[in-house]
Amino acid sequence: MAGMTMIKAVNSALDVALQNDPLTCVFGEDTGYFGGVFGCTGGLQEKHGKNRVFDTPINEAAIIAMAIGMASNGMRPVAEIQFADYIFPGLDQIISELTRIPYRSAGQFLMPVTIRTPCGGGIYGGQTHSMSPEAFFTHIPGLRVVMPSNPYDAKGLLLASIECDDPVIFFEPKRLYNGPFDGDPDKPALAWSGHEKGEVPEEHYTVPLGKADIVRSGSELTVLAYGTMVHVALESVRVAGMDAEVIDLRSLMPYDMETIAASVNKTGRCVVLHEAPRTSGFGAELIAQIQEDCFYALEAPVLRVTGWDTPYPHAHEWAYFPGQTRVIRALKQVMEG
Amino acid sequence: MQRINDNNPLGFHVPEPSARPEEQPDFSHIRLSDAGAIARPPVDCDPAITHETSCDLIRVLDDDGKANGPWDPKLSATHLREALALMCLTRAYDDRMFKLQRQGKMSFYVKALGEEAVAIAAARAMNSEDMMFPSYRQQGILFARNRDMVEMMCHCISNSKDNLKGRQLPIHYTWAEGNFFSISGNLGTQFPQAVGWAMAAQAKGETAIAASWVGDGTTAEGDFHAALTLANVYRAPVILNVVNNQWAISSFAGIASGAQPSFAARGIGYGIPGLRVDGNDYLALFAATKWAAERARSGLGATLIESVTYRGESHSTSDDPGRYRPKDEWKSWPLGDPILRLQQHLIALGEWGEKRQQELETAQAEQVRLAYKEATSFGTLREGPLAPTSTIFDDLFVEQPWHLRRQRQDLGV
Repeated sequence: MAGMTMIKAVNSALDVALQNDPLTCVFGEDTGYFGGVFGCTGGLQEKHGKNRVFDTPINEAAIIAMAIGMASNGMRPVAEIQFADYIFPGLDQIISELTRIPYRSAGQFLMPVTIRTPCGGGIYGGQTHSMSPEAFFTHIPGLRVVMPSNPYDAKGLLLASIECDDPVIFFEPKRLYNGPFDGDPDKPALAWSGHEKGEVPEEHYTVPLGKADIVRSGSELTVLAYGTMVHVALESVRVAGMDAEVIDLRSLMPYDMETIAASVNKTGRCVVLHEAPRTSGFGAELIAQIQEDCFYALEAPVLRVTGWDTPYPHAHEWAYFPGQTRVIRALKQVMEG
Repeated sequence: MQRINDNNPLGFHVPEPSARPEEQPDFSHIRLSDAGAIARPPVDCDPAITHETSCDLIRVLDDDGKANGPWDPKLSATHLREALALMCLTRAYDDRMFKLQRQGKMSFYVKALGEEAVAIAAARAMNSEDMMFPSYRQQGILFARNRDMVEMMCHCISNSKDNLKGRQLPIHYTWAEGNFFSISGNLGTQFPQAVGWAMAAQAKGETAIAASWVGDGTTAEGDFHAALTLANVYRAPVILNVVNNQWAISSFAGIASGAQPSFAARGIGYGIPGLRVDGNDYLALFAATKWAAERARSGLGATLIESVTYRGESHSTSDDPGRYRPKDEWKSWPLGDPILRLQQHLIALGEWGEKRQQELETAQAEQVRLAYKEATSFGTLREGPLAPTSTIFDDLFVEQPWHLRRQRQDLGV
């Protein structure tokens, strides 16, 4: 075990994958010599060589297409898109190609491609460096969508994603790269050192895809969250003094409905959190499925606390971010319902 | 020329083809070169010197069917007869399938009429382990690689033996075993994918190379730019082909290129040599692909080949070319018919004749007829049997997740 930030944990996962499988390679904008704008691929080119860890031209369609071509020739590429906000030029290659090639070829060509990309706000990134576009991707048949909330899960989920023969988009909440964040920007920044999930094995391990994690057991209500919002949920529950069950989804597609339904059927109340805009966000899917599967156990309407239906504003970042005040208000409301 | 003057009102410009329905075909804008006139640069040449090969037209066969000049690949008569047979087979297959579509036997079809040489020459100039990333009009590659015709038809009629389980529109073949990638209907996506495949071959230290094809219209897609950029940055062993058949459904090539007379010349700007080739001249096409393949195999990187040809039929069974171009425009096409030109060459060599052609065509028509009969024994789109309905939920994830299992149960299969 070693104390690791999420950056180090991602780096360690890539290092292990490159070490274990000669068919794995890592590439993206600035990921080679420089080691990535957040440092996630730092030192990997020096260690594994520039044929395996390299820089790409600034063309997201080209990056995804290259990964597809490599996968069709037996490789297991890990592509980085520098910010999730930049992924859209590559969307045709993801929607029409990456996720459909196994289907349209009836399994003749599998696509074991992992796309890593930092998402989310909280770093004053403005509207072009703060998006949480996960819902777009959960709507694409045949794509796994993963978002860790801590270094331990980041490494284990990333290795599981790389080793999986399905295409995976792996969102890294950039506000968590260097420490957990409970949603209060006025507090001094926290570090992963000393955090239970900041202790990460240096060797290979995986965290299963498609499985949620109950990060806090409770009986009064269920809070569903992923990424940065997991930490906001835990702190809000603590401040509100509620006996809430907090579930870190970790995988958004396929998501772990078994764990969600068991919890909601037990508590009868549920609040769903995400940083992304509200309308047609992933929360809408979760709530629709909860009312199908848990309707007769529900004591109150399921609520959402989300970003607004606006781009992520720069100066008013904290007015956008669904912080503790909004979360606690919803927790109380769902208890009254 | 209009006098330069800040006060002149500007005019909006939309390119128009040289002729529309009811007008006289006019191909005076197609720049031709004499057969044998273009020098063959060494494969390790500086791409910047390929201005001539990318702006003029590489031709070997002259009007008398004789082979000329430095690009003559000097192929054996046996090779040429096989090539002719493959081109004729493509045409016989297309003719039959097109008619069957008209009779309602399949949902869609696309002919390669008039451009059969493009796919056959490239496939024959490459090795069987080389990977093909075609668009939808290179069915000839499958014949050149001896794919079973019954299997091809089973795909087109989406029956129980369709190797794609009925998921793809007809003619969007996949044949991994024959190193033939899954054809996409989204134009141009395969171009940068081919580069990625070629990069993987490099990374693994293998010797195979890749090739891909797009049409003139698709050169306008961003993926064209992506492919050429990647190919040159990583010096990938790939052959990038533009089949300039003059028409993208109803839009003539000028809608993709403006007044630019060459797609091949675009390579130079990326640092990639360009070859503009008579796309109805089997010998020139073969020689150009050989040149590009040798360059790729020598670690020198990609080549952009433009095959100048003409789409003799509609884009697909879904459009009527009589509504956007002169009906008989193909007859005026200055580069002729690729099959007739290779026939003429073989006849000039004393290696072919009218009777042998007749026998070939009769035998192939019978081959196609029997293949279709056999294919229908495995079902048809209308009457079935198809792949089991439950298979629509397969091949999305390696293991079927809960949500798809539930949806399959909802459908009751």
